[in-house]
Amino acid sequence: MSVRTIKLKIDGKEVTAQEADTILEVARENEIFIPTLCYLEGLTSLGGCRLCLVEVKGSPKLFPACSTAVSNRMEVITNSDSLMEYRRMIVELLLSERTHICAVCVANDSCELQEMATELGTDHVRFNRKWTNHKIDSSHENLVLDPNRCILCTRCIRVCDEVEGVHTLDLKMRGKDSQVIIDLDEPWGASNSCTSCMKCAAVCPVGAIYIKGKALSETKDKELPEFVLGRRCR
Amino acid sequence: MNDEIVINPVTRIEGHAKVTILLWEDGSVKEARLQVTDFRGFEKFCEGRPFYEMPSITSRSCGICPVSHLLASVKACDEILAVSVPSPAILLRRLMHMGQLIQSHALSFFHLSSPDFLLGIDSDPSKRNIFGLMESHPYLVRRGIRLRKFGQEIIEYLGGKRIHSSDWVVPGGVKTAISKERVNKLLSNLPEALEMTLKTISMFKDNLKGLEEEIENFGNFPTHYMGLVAPNGGLEHYDGGIRIVDPEGKIVADQLDPRKYFEYIEEAVEPWTYMKFPYYKPLGYPDGAYRVGPLARLNIASHCGTPLAEEELREFKQSGRNGVVHSTFLYHYARLVEILFCLERAKEILEDEEIYSDNVQAKASPNRNEGIGVAEAPRGTLIHHYKVNKEGIITWVNMIIATENNNVACNMAITQVAKKYIHGKRLSEGLLNKVEAVIRAFDPCLSCATHASGSMALDVQLLDSEGNLIDRVTC
Repeated sequence: MSVRTIKLKIDGKEVTAQEADTILEVARENEIFIPTLCYLEGLTSLGGCRLCLVEVKGSPKLFPACSTAVSNRMEVITNSDSLMEYRRMIVELLLSERTHICAVCVANDSCELQEMATELGTDHVRFNRKWTNHKIDSSHENLVLDPNRCILCTRCIRVCDEVEGVHTLDLKMRGKDSQVIIDLDEPWGASNSCTSCMKCAAVCPVGAIYIKGKALSETKDKELPEFVLGRRCR
Repeated sequence: MNDEIVINPVTRIEGHAKVTILLWEDGSVKEARLQVTDFRGFEKFCEGRPFYEMPSITSRSCGICPVSHLLASVKACDEILAVSVPSPAILLRRLMHMGQLIQSHALSFFHLSSPDFLLGIDSDPSKRNIFGLMESHPYLVRRGIRLRKFGQEIIEYLGGKRIHSSDWVVPGGVKTAISKERVNKLLSNLPEALEMTLKTISMFKDNLKGLEEEIENFGNFPTHYMGLVAPNGGLEHYDGGIRIVDPEGKIVADQLDPRKYFEYIEEAVEPWTYMKFPYYKPLGYPDGAYRVGPLARLNIASHCGTPLAEEELREFKQSGRNGVVHSTFLYHYARLVEILFCLERAKEILEDEEIYSDNVQAKASPNRNEGIGVAEAPRGTLIHHYKVNKEGIITWVNMIIATENNNVACNMAITQVAKKYIHGKRLSEGLLNKVEAVIRAFDPCLSCATHASGSMALDVQLLDSEGNLIDRVTC
């Protein structure tokens, strides 16, 4: 079945797209910036972080650009004042939900949340911060899981499942209490399913999963999509 | 009715303090207390963190002496790894510490304390600060700024940042060696720093003739002295053993293992302050009070080992009895001698080819469940003690901060000044500054010692024999 080419407008700019494309894909193809955190090209889109919310003319609702397909004559707004305010608020909520202290974090200067906060001009957090004290899992020989820094983007879970194909990582609990777990919530060092491929550390946007003894700047994969899509031999 | 007098500018101490002066019924001074009222709780919130984060976290307790915290912390972590740190890394750590001592001592001497003894303790408080000094002694302020800059450059050239370069000093060593280009730049700036220091020492010694009253009355009393010394008894800031000297200059303990500090140091607690009172166990509390820091280090050291500082040390010791100087005011003098020593030591290290070696880090997983690191911070002996579980997660922390070691002596010094100058029930600005000046001589870092946060402040309260507030001065 042939895919229909359609026309739409993003921020007033007329663009063409394939009918099955998402708003985010079309925007990126046309060099229109929409912020994301949980999205990673090559992995299933989740629409979880809500940073990529956009307005669509004629609808009172907001749509996650990473998981909303384009349609003919759609008019998308990506950068209205209210959207910018919502995005700042989302970043502040993420910062307030767990113990994010950049100065002493392994991800400092290589952190996507930190970068996003800078990009959006977040200079303070207006919400009461929850200084979580979740137990750190340092039982793996090479990897550390620090739930206090996790933003629940689930990139690690998806890469473990969809790319490595072992599904060692998963989520437990709900809402703010959610936590990434290993197998059936067991110590990482005792996991039989983990292949120690370290893809989870490579895709973590913050310092929640990292390789022992190394700063994230040393281990962060600069070409993440290439790596996830398997275009590059590793 | 109680009065409250607010004085500007903000006083020159590091941290947040309150002084309470207790009076007898006849209005004479019974006791004076330096009270630290804030609390940050590093020892508690570090629990649950991986041990290798400790250098980064604990060094955040202070923006003035983060390198000292870094070093005490990584030394504790080295113990947890149970590795032998490569000698080039030790040299580079020492070099960074020299930069730390130079910049911190320069800050204390030039920026914080010199307005007192150059402009006069009773001079106009609106001018008695670094800006007033810029008008009256611009050349001296320039020296202070340039010396501090040199110390900070050493730190920056090694660690990438002037403050909190905590990514560079790591458990097992350091991240990278230093480049020849940077070494040459530091060596080219060193002669100027040496010249400025020698001129300042000479100026300070000339000024001492007019400061007899301060020398005599500002915390001038016998105590024990404690600090690290090299195996040969020389001045030491990074490693070595603990030496304790009595008020007569007699060595009462030597080459004690700093990792066994708990065998000879105990901490007393008073209900009126968050800062603890360490003391030398065999003598009990408060008789076991000792002093640490520059004055103590020069009192306990047999020699310096660098030519210019050696000469100054000899002269310094001659001003005391049996080579021991008791006047707290002379901490300032000791600070200048230490700056000179650090510059000479930094030169020796910068000229050592070993610092270019790329063998700068020993790597390992945790091999011990406990580590103790001790270093001589600008303000004295600094102890970090950690316990970890088998995965390297911190389960217990104890930090004895340099300023805490001087707590008993600092209270004795304030009491001495208060007894000498307070007669009656009213406080004057001049009195306030005399109290401040003696605290400043210790160069206390109260934010380290209590992990306090907030703006700098001093609050002096005068209480009668029943504990009622009679007068109060804050600034």
